[in-house]
Amino acid sequence: MDNLITLFNEVYKILYLVIPILVSVAMIVWLDRRVWGLVQKRKGPNVVGPFGLFQTLADALKYIFKEIIIPAGANKTIFILAPIITMTLALVAWAVIPLSETMVLSDINVGILYLFAISSLGVYGIIMGGWASNSKYPFLGAIRSAAQMVSYEVSIGIIIINVLLCVGSLNLNDIVMAQKNLWYVIPLFPMFVVFFISALAETNRPPFDLPEAEAELVAGYQTEYSGMMYAMFWLGEYANILLMCAMGSILFLGGWLPPIDIYPINLVPAPFWMIFKILFLFILFAIIKAIVPRYRYDQLMRLGWKVFLPLSLIYVVLTASFLLYFDKLPKGAF
Amino acid sequence: MNFGRFLKTIFLTEFILAIAKAIKEIFKSKKTINYPFEKGSISPRFRGEHALRRYPDGEERCIACKLCEAVCPAQAITIESEERKDGSRKTTRYDIDMLKCIYCGLCQESCPVDAIVQGPNFEFATETREELYYNKEKLLDNGDRWESVLAKNIKTDKIYK
Repeated sequence: MDNLITLFNEVYKILYLVIPILVSVAMIVWLDRRVWGLVQKRKGPNVVGPFGLFQTLADALKYIFKEIIIPAGANKTIFILAPIITMTLALVAWAVIPLSETMVLSDINVGILYLFAISSLGVYGIIMGGWASNSKYPFLGAIRSAAQMVSYEVSIGIIIINVLLCVGSLNLNDIVMAQKNLWYVIPLFPMFVVFFISALAETNRPPFDLPEAEAELVAGYQTEYSGMMYAMFWLGEYANILLMCAMGSILFLGGWLPPIDIYPINLVPAPFWMIFKILFLFILFAIIKAIVPRYRYDQLMRLGWKVFLPLSLIYVVLTASFLLYFDKLPKGAF
Repeated sequence: MNFGRFLKTIFLTEFILAIAKAIKEIFKSKKTINYPFEKGSISPRFRGEHALRRYPDGEERCIACKLCEAVCPAQAITIESEERKDGSRKTTRYDIDMLKCIYCGLCQESCPVDAIVQGPNFEFATETREELYYNKEKLLDNGDRWESVLAKNIKTDKIYK
């Protein structure tokens, strides 16, 4: 009986996390399209519900009623598994994101490693989807996506090392608390910029949306998908984007900390600050989608390996030497 | 690479300027309209759905001269006519295949009595092909419905002809 109560308790907590995330993903898709439209002097979706907020729900409803087509040449099991993996991984990563000091599903002590591992696994959904489709465009899209995500993960990993050197802990709450006096966006500003651009590449957003470059690859790895399976890819993609925004705000923008710790401002509850920061980064994502042309594939690779990787490596050396020289290494870490 | 350009690349100057520009654009007035609820203005010369007009006394204008049938490059118009008891020649059949029509406006140009015109209506999508084979009745009905606009458009455009 006790076990059962614990189980229900956990399921309740998980639903309490997953449902708001799914709803906010729906809202964020609307926000993305709206910002995109506004920048291009269009109005964007504004018909369904107030300000068009329910547009995504209407789209989702349409996807549910559409037929799921599985190509005759496809590997059926893997074909069906791919969108499920993409979406599950995107949602699972949210388990460690702290919305406040206590509002976190699982406050594990290697939170950032967990996040990094899960977001790296995300590429499997795409490769499986592209390969199992047994069709040329999805295959090319999947190959591109795999290469791109692997390349940019390297520099993201090294950027995380920069932050960890300053914090001395892998726990996400500790990382936030360490920024109480100074957000890391100030001392590590170049790394923040590199992280932001790598996050764009990692989530296949423009200008790095080569995997689904519609002019060349139809829709990349999603070409053969339809109905709810396509919608799941799409949900997973946006959940991943939100996750990257959350990671950016935890690592550099002080997570759920208020910008200044003085009286009227610190009355605002912590989760609001976290949501503000995620939204701020997401709106930047959306604006960038509207203003940039797509990179060529070799430019993408050059940027990842020849610019970002050396840059972040140099910065690691700089940070480490600075901390060591001024004896600012976090206490208790070594 | 020259040094200025190198600095521009390193500090992402163009990129930041582009973001600033984009943020400015967000607050500017929009160029699009809420289409089904608001409609854009249409020129009096707009070549939309066809209509057959009548004289104010209710008599059809069309005299079955078949100029429109002859000039139609898509051969979308079919006309049959007969002589009435009062000696006037009127159509018994006036069909337009709206699927063949290329909306060039030559029928309207060729008409000596301004009977066949292309009105301002462009929202006549249908669910079946058959509904787009217009007959005389449908065209006259269109004419009755749009008469006020059609007459105004012809009057506005007359000075340019």
